[in-house]
Order: sequence, then structure tokens, then C-alpha cells
Amino acid sequence: MIVRKNNRVVVLGITGKQGTFWTEKMIAYGTNVVAGVNPKRAGEDHVGVPIFATPAEAVAKTGGDVAVMFIPPPMAKDAAVSTVQAGIKLLVVLTEHIPAQDVMAMHAAAAKHGTRIVGPNTAGLVTPGECFVGIMPAFVPSVFRAGRIGVISRSGSLGTLVCLNLTRAGIGQSAFIGIGGDPMLGTTTRDALEALDEDSRTDAVVIVGEIGGAMEEEAAVYAKKMAKPMAAFIAGAAAPPGKKMGHAGAIVTGNAGSYASKRKALEAAGVTVVDTPSQIAAAVAAALQSGRSKVAATQ
Amino acid sequence: MNFEEYAAKSMVLTPAGISVPRGRLCISAAEAAMAAANIGPCVVKAQVPTGKRGKAGGIKLAARPEEAKQAASQILGMRIGDYKVERVLVEEQAAIAREFYVAVLHDSAARKPLILFSTEGGMDIEEIAAAKPSAIRRLLVDIESKPSPADIAGMLKGLHLGDAEVQIVSVIDRLYTAFRRCDAELLEINPLALLEDNRVVALDCKFVLDDGAIYRQPDLAKSAAASALTPLEMRGVEAGLKLIQLDGNVGVLANGAGLTMTTMDVIRHYGGKPANFLEIGGEAYTKSEIALDLVLSNPGVKSLVINFCGAFARTDVMADGVVKAWHKLKPKVPVFFSIHGTGEEEAVKLVRDELGIEPYDFMEDAIQAAVKAAQ
Repeated sequence: MIVRKNNRVVVLGITGKQGTFWTEKMIAYGTNVVAGVNPKRAGEDHVGVPIFATPAEAVAKTGGDVAVMFIPPPMAKDAAVSTVQAGIKLLVVLTEHIPAQDVMAMHAAAAKHGTRIVGPNTAGLVTPGECFVGIMPAFVPSVFRAGRIGVISRSGSLGTLVCLNLTRAGIGQSAFIGIGGDPMLGTTTRDALEALDEDSRTDAVVIVGEIGGAMEEEAAVYAKKMAKPMAAFIAGAAAPPGKKMGHAGAIVTGNAGSYASKRKALEAAGVTVVDTPSQIAAAVAAALQSGRSKVAATQ
Repeated sequence: MNFEEYAAKSMVLTPAGISVPRGRLCISAAEAAMAAANIGPCVVKAQVPTGKRGKAGGIKLAARPEEAKQAASQILGMRIGDYKVERVLVEEQAAIAREFYVAVLHDSAARKPLILFSTEGGMDIEEIAAAKPSAIRRLLVDIESKPSPADIAGMLKGLHLGDAEVQIVSVIDRLYTAFRRCDAELLEINPLALLEDNRVVALDCKFVLDDGAIYRQPDLAKSAAASALTPLEMRGVEAGLKLIQLDGNVGVLANGAGLTMTTMDVIRHYGGKPANFLEIGGEAYTKSEIALDLVLSNPGVKSLVINFCGAFARTDVMADGVVKAWHKLKPKVPVFFSIHGTGEEEAVKLVRDELGIEPYDFMEDAIQAAVKAAQ
């Protein structure tokens, strides 16, 4: 789920307003967009990209391995399932408010065909200085800068703020993995943590979580075994219980999904959890420092 | 979207072929008396989309019409949770032999529908899980298929359901079909009762419709319970914006759910209290004009934080909406900005030139200033 320059990206819904805007941004930044899909405009070019009638044709003709969907909720399931069946390796689902039973059908199809889904309701993936897939401001130099810190976020806006704070402190990022704000995600915090742990270009990881679900607790189990230093911010400490805070996944019911539970689990796993986003850069710097001295002490 | 018991039974269970007691929805005590005269010994049940109705005194037995009248007059107008009771369901009393719990819901971690069954009916599932976790049976379902009667019977194995098992398997099968057909997020029967005459009947029903599926369930959506919203929150709904009014005095206008929650958190971190949750993320980022009007209409607001960090949402578009609304509304409370991300340069310039306000470089500083101004 770390995108690279050599990934061949297919854009579904490329001819729409947002599809057009963000495809141009992706191409300008360095993303290798090889195909678009729109059955009514097959055979044409759009923003310099050839359009095919179906995902299967796009993949067969261009060797696409990553797809990103600019598709409204009622059509999202069929688009995702046909893209998965086309043999795509990684599917980034930006769409928010897809009916939950359609989301389950997408995940079932992905599991059957070995596709990794990122999302739904994600802002996408950024590899600073290299490429991006989605709707993140990768191209704003004050926000992203190439470096060696991996960032995982359920929220696009908050993930952007955290990267901005890292960049302002001179700390660049190896990858931004937006996992999405929905309750049923193809890629969990733990999945993303594992990928960044295995990534040789990543020295430390920042987790940007939020209330609801149990993904941060699950990630903490993995974090315990990790040698790379970690810092985290969890949104929703002040959120009233029983209310969905914008994201369908951000709701506290009883003790499940609470801020306290997530913070406790992450801290018990050795993750530095900060109170406000501007503290994240100092926490990462300190964690890196102590990580290095630990390594030095054992040598 | 939540539903009252009567709507859940009549719109979801009955069409699915699951038996419910004979009953009538009443809006007055006189009507309840008439219903009881027709039904016989009955239960008068408050119709509100929330749990703990019994504990709140919202469910009463009545042997005769005059008792039903008295019960209804006590229950109607009562407040349960966030809701005022405006309707009661008058339902025939059931001679219960055994009570069960059955539900179909989303298992987020497994990304599949999950069927739950327990012989400990009548309690909340959380209570059953705490008191007797071994009493809960689970069956994960592949969304592309449906559970076979053998799968369901397998889940019930060893529970000694006797002759009732065949009927219970049929109820679970029908409940799963209804869960799929109605785009349920949760469909729960608690209790499902085995009566002394051997019938299996749903005594209560909770149905939550998936908000994402409202567009394709228009008939169900029309029957949903009215939300317990404040007039300001209603205005938010009308504008297509998610607004939650809180009891603090620092107003919040931010884009994206994560950033909005964080803005509230940081307000509290500095000793202030947020006055609202309002996000204009996703496609709604073009609605900053009406959004500013909404947050300023909250009578509790003493200061306001406008915190934009644009990814998909363009800060220049949001700032433009704010500037337009500002000239009309002429805010009387101090407003503190922080603006970063997509469209940042133009957005900052707009706010600086049009409003004469310099945005803070860090959101924490803008929030600290707003908390101070509200004190």
C-alpha cells in the first residue's frame, strides 16, 4: 500500500469534475496514470490519458496494477467489484457514504481475488517526492516533504495537518497511508503499520487515529513487537458519546471505541501519544533519538 | 436512522413473515382504552427510538381498558432519554414460556454480517455478554450467499430448544433476509418469545437503517423516528451539514471529521468548551457560507475558531464562502483563523485583505486565543 512511481494507475470516473482535477494533479506530481475508465467515452483521450470501456480492458491493455475510484456511492460497488475481477492489485476507494452491505460485498470480492482495498472513504496514498493516488495535497510543499517517517491516518484533513507539522519541523515523510473514515476498511491501522515496519525507507511511524472501532487497540498489539519508534495522536477526546462524529466509523458506544481505551493500549505498547497535533513533531524527534540511543547501547 | 418498535415490527418483521403480537398504535389515552377494549389484557409501550424504556417507566401492563387509559396517560408526554413520548403501542399480553435474543448486525472487523443468538432473552446484549458470554452464539455470513437452515441449526446446536428449534431457525432465516432487504445496520428481536401455546413471537424489535442506504430505501426512511435534534441542528440537516450542538461557548468551523474533532479536543485541552461539532468536509466544503451562519446562530457562542486544512477541500473556496457570509452577518464575536493545505495562499490572502484578520500559523495558537476570548 505504499505507491511508487512505477505503479501503473487506472482512474475510474476520470472524466468527472473531481476525477479530472485530481488526475491532472497526480500526473503533474509524477504518478504514472496509464488509463481511465468511462464506457461512454471509450477510445478517447482525457487529460492525455486513454479511456477504456471497462476496468478489465484498461488493465489488459495497459498493465494497470493500482486503481482509484472517483465514483458516487450508488455505483461504487459495481465499479469496485469489476475492478477487483479485472485483477487489480491495489484499489483505492475514495467514495464516502457507500451502503455498508455494498462495502461488505466489495471486501468479499477483494478477498476472493487477492486485491488489497484501501478505504472506503480514504483521502488516498502519498509517497512524497515520488507520486500520489487520491485527493491529498501532495503537491503543496509546506505540507509534504520527502523523508523517512511513515504516517497512517483515518482522516484526510487531520492527516494533512500532521504532515504539515512534521514538514514545518524539518521532518520529511516516507509514505502517507490514508486508511479511511469508514467502519469497515480494507486496510486497517495494523495492516498499514505492518507495511511501514517492513519498509526499508521508513525509520519511524506516526499513527493518526480517532475514536470508534478497535483498530488502534489492534495496532497496539503489533506495535509492541516493533523496533521502530512510534508516536500517535487520537482525535475525539472531547466528543460526546453515542454520536457519529462525521465519519461513520467515529462513534463511541459504551466503553467500545473510547479515547481512553485507545490511548491506554498505544501507550502500553510504547507509543508516545500526544495531546495536540503540534506536539507530534517533537515526539517523533524524541522517539527517534531514544530509539538510536537504545540501538547504540545494545551495540 | 433509528425506528420505533411499531415501525420496525410493521415495516420490517411483518413483511418478512415473522409473527408479532396483535397491537395498535395510539396517540391518546382514550384511543388506548379503545384499543384495549378490542385487544383484551395488554401492554402499553412508549414508542421512542431508545433503549431502557421499561426502566424509565415507559412500559406498563393493563388488564382492563381503564387501566390502559391510565397507563397511556402516564406514559404519553413522558421524557425517555432525549425523546418525548408522543405515541404508545397497545399490544396483547403474551403468556411467555421462554425468552431468546436474536440479532443480525455488521461485524466491522470481519467485514461481514453477523447473526447473534442467545437463550438469555430480555437482557441487553452487553449485559448477556458480561454475565454469560458462553450463552451467545455467533454466525458470520458470507454476504454473497445466505446461511442455510443447516448453518443456522448448527449455530443453535446444544441449546436444547426442543420443538421450538424449527420455528427459531425459520425466524433467523427470515430475519437475515429482512436484514439484507432493508439495508439494516442492526435488526434485533429481544425478546423473541416462545409462548405457552408453542408459538414463537417477536415481542420487541430494534431496527437501525444504514445511513448510507437511505437513498435506496425511501419508504423505510419515511417511517424513521424523528431525531431528537435542536432547532439549530435541524437547520444543519436542511443545509445538508452534520451539526451537533454542544453546551460550550467556543464555536467550531473546520473541514473534515478528523480535523473538526481535533479542534474540539484542543479547545478542551486549553480549558475551553466547544459549542458545536460542524464539519464541511468532503463535497460539503463548498458550504462554508451557510456553515458560518449556523455556528454564529448558536446563542452560546462567545468566540469562534475557523480551522481549515485542505486536502480534497480547497481552502480558497471555503475562505471565499466565509468572506461572503461575513459581509452579510457581520459577526459580533471574535473569530480566530488557521488555514493550511490546498489553496492556502489565496485563502490566507482573502481573509487578510477582506476581513483584515491575520490567520495563526498553528491551530493551537488560534484555539488558545479563542478560548481566552470566550472566558
